[in-house]
Amino acid sequence: MSTRTARALDELAARVLEADPAAVAEALDRVEDARPQALAEQRELLARLALATPADHFAVGVTGPPGAGKTSLCAALVRHWLAAGRGAGVCAVDPSSRRSGGALLGDRARLRFDADAPVFVRSLAARDQLGGLAPAARAVVLVLRAAYPVALLETVGVGQSEIDVESAVDAVVLVLQPGSGDTLQFMKAGILEIPDVVAVHKWDLGALAERTRADFEQVLAISPPPSGGAPPPGVVGTSAETGQGIAELAAELDSRLAAAAANGQVARRREAGRAAWGLELFTRRYGTRGLDQLGGREAARRIAEQASGTGLDAFSALATRAGLA
Amino acid sequence: MPDRPWIFGIYSGHSTPRASNALYRANLTRGQTRLSIAFDLPTQTGYDSDHPLAAGEAGKVGVPICSLADMQLLFDGIPLERVGTNMTINATAVWLLALYAALAEQRNVPWNALTGTTQNDVFKEYLSRGTYIVAPRPSLRLTTDMVEFAVRELPKWNPVNVCSYHLQEVGATPAQEIAFTLANAMAILDAIDVPAGELPAVFGRISFFCNAGLRFIEEACKMRAFTRLWDELGRERYGVQDPALRRFRYSVQVNSLGLTEAEPENNIARIAFEALGVTLSRDARTRYLQLPAWNEALGLPRPWDQQLSLRIQQVLAYETDLLEHADIFEGSHVIEARTAEIEAAARAELARVQERGGAIQAIESGYMKRALVEANARRVAAIESGERVVVGVNRFTESSEPSPLVAAGGGILTVQEDAVQEQLEALRAHRARRTSGEVESALRGLRDALANGSNAMRPSIRCAHAGVTTGEWADTLREVFGEYRAPTGVDTALARTASDDLEKVRRRVDQVSERLGRRLKLLVGKPGLDGHSSGAEQIALFAREAGFEVVYDGIRLTPEQIARSAQQEGVHLIGLSILSGSHLALVPAVLALVRVPLVVGGIIPEADAQRLRQQGVQAVYTPKDYDLHRIVREMVEIAARAHDAA
Repeated sequence: MSTRTARALDELAARVLEADPAAVAEALDRVEDARPQALAEQRELLARLALATPADHFAVGVTGPPGAGKTSLCAALVRHWLAAGRGAGVCAVDPSSRRSGGALLGDRARLRFDADAPVFVRSLAARDQLGGLAPAARAVVLVLRAAYPVALLETVGVGQSEIDVESAVDAVVLVLQPGSGDTLQFMKAGILEIPDVVAVHKWDLGALAERTRADFEQVLAISPPPSGGAPPPGVVGTSAETGQGIAELAAELDSRLAAAAANGQVARRREAGRAAWGLELFTRRYGTRGLDQLGGREAARRIAEQASGTGLDAFSALATRAGLA
Repeated sequence: MPDRPWIFGIYSGHSTPRASNALYRANLTRGQTRLSIAFDLPTQTGYDSDHPLAAGEAGKVGVPICSLADMQLLFDGIPLERVGTNMTINATAVWLLALYAALAEQRNVPWNALTGTTQNDVFKEYLSRGTYIVAPRPSLRLTTDMVEFAVRELPKWNPVNVCSYHLQEVGATPAQEIAFTLANAMAILDAIDVPAGELPAVFGRISFFCNAGLRFIEEACKMRAFTRLWDELGRERYGVQDPALRRFRYSVQVNSLGLTEAEPENNIARIAFEALGVTLSRDARTRYLQLPAWNEALGLPRPWDQQLSLRIQQVLAYETDLLEHADIFEGSHVIEARTAEIEAAARAELARVQERGGAIQAIESGYMKRALVEANARRVAAIESGERVVVGVNRFTESSEPSPLVAAGGGILTVQEDAVQEQLEALRAHRARRTSGEVESALRGLRDALANGSNAMRPSIRCAHAGVTTGEWADTLREVFGEYRAPTGVDTALARTASDDLEKVRRRVDQVSERLGRRLKLLVGKPGLDGHSSGAEQIALFAREAGFEVVYDGIRLTPEQIARSAQQEGVHLIGLSILSGSHLALVPAVLALVRVPLVVGGIIPEADAQRLRQQGVQAVYTPKDYDLHRIVREMVEIAARAHDAA
């Protein structure tokens, strides 16, 4: 990389860290670029951002079944943070059509804030990731977290994304819709182990919402405690309609994130996320054949876990080791 | 002795209250007995003429009314006790009726002498026209406030005109028109809070505003089915005993959707045939008819164009023998069978809406909107494939010479851009004249009524007398209930079936996307207050089918909001859709703020299109461009060239 390129990247990173919207937009356009030749500069840019991101900036995932109200909850949370003087970045993922590859990115319509508010919304299509995170989601979250105190990642809400989101953010909010019977489904799917906070949304529905919350708490009571010493998830009743529970949810996130940062959980989670990201990218590009060259998925994971920097560095470490870089 | 004809309507209003008043007085001296007022978009969406969102829109598609002072000018010299007034007004209907009632008080005209109609059907605004302000539930509450008030205080007034018209304009099938309209009427009736004994009277005051397209036999059957289902609903659901109160009273504006920009003179025939559908059947005949102008797809009609539409009605009523016969369809089993078919389909669709919890839930969830977007996509595809014939557009397109009707001056009205200046000055003068204490106290009264659930009509009338403006009245609504954005229906709408042509576009999108490093991303934007979104919806839907990632935020965006979306989303191309005639103000405003290539669609006269292209717009699409494949193919190439990925 030439010094000129390096200097340009320094400058772009500095502007992103100041939350300059034009710079954030440019950085996002760059990290979304899937061409192999874009990788080197992406890695450099993300490394600069990761290093300089303030320690009190966090990424929060918002997941849950379609129709549960994820977008309205995100909007309410952002409004709460804005009122408290905190900006936010939002990465909203929508599914892509399997047939055409196209997508309708419609969440933005419900994420509207004052013109001068420090909010940045980028919509992503899940692209070839069936039900998963969008390929660029992890990098987008990293850029947004560098620029804003909170980066929200709203998932598609079906399938693999419910699992993958855990390693892409610092905390996960699971949004449940009262009376939908989702609790049981989630328990069966093992997804109840993932959230840090459960939002029983549409709390204005009254008794139905109360019952969903009670159901969920019952399930929690008979579930084994989460691994890794993390506290069991908190449960909050929220409503975008009335604003109820939004401050409570934000406070719950704040205190959990502060505690997790202090006891090293955030750092451990980001390390795991980096490995998952590198492995994901490697598998997408080189497939199982690439993994075989590294001695299988577990061996590859160990290599990825030893890398430092961001997921792109983990990817480079894997590619180098496999002789593919 | 022939029947009396229906009422001949002319929908009009423009520029300023003073200019519109002159127009109305002229029409009244020519024998018109009922005014049909077109309000401009700021008035319809609750903004004063000097609000930033009103830029380019004030006085454009109708008359601006900001206060009682404007209302006085609008009706200057027009006797309210003798002339009926139809107001096409919805989200701000409570306010416009309040102004009208206040004006009557000032003139010592008793309220029970007032005749006319407020459209006051906000439901269809979420589904098609887009001039809503707050969410469906508080909107419904305002509607019922007005119905309850009018039934007691303005007994001759039609407080609500439930609309199927706009549903057909966005592509609804006859069954959808009937089902969604009846569901909307039911939601209103179910929410009305009057003693049980008064309900039949309320039922009798509900009237309808319908549409009629070119398939006029089917349209006649549709109106017969409508009439029957309404009668049955009154009898069975609402216990209305008196058949007179169960009559399906409706007015009509015939279809503009089928009017073409190519060979526009053909529209004269189309309009005449469309009028047949709602006049042929005596038992289901309309009481009031407005015909669109032949040149609507080109731009704003001139007074002469409106006169031609009036003449078509007069020829039909007075030269033909239409009014001399009993119902000519009586005993026709062909008509009966088709009517029964439509009725059954409408019943089934109505049942589906009711299963989803009724109109409000079906609007909030996007069910109705999605169904309409899909129906329109099928209509558009049928025109594209030639399955649905449009003469002069997809069949019989060889013309001997260009239309002489549009030769000089483009055949449309060119609006004076400075007319709005007079309105802005009048508004400033009005604000300076008022007593601020009275304004504040009246607005407080309104706020309290909105918040505590008491009827909003009387506090609104008090606001009118105090000199409150339209923007202040609507701001109070926004403050108490919050602003609302309706589902676009596009995100969940199902796609058309694949074709070879579509496959080709997809492959090109894939190729360009690969060169760009990420998938082609398009922002579809609707700047300004115009809520006619079906063009934007069809482009968004088709572009997605072609493989674009499409950002569509819905209607009513400022140029700044559009520019911000374009930047934050990192789109490769922007498509703007504008049908209100405000393109010369809005498009340059967006262009100045963005760096990505931009295309525009809408009702845009060729002279304006040239100007826009000179200013940097890459392509301009008008109603004659019905081939979505071609439009999207061109958009791909425009984006590819601009980003060096061709």
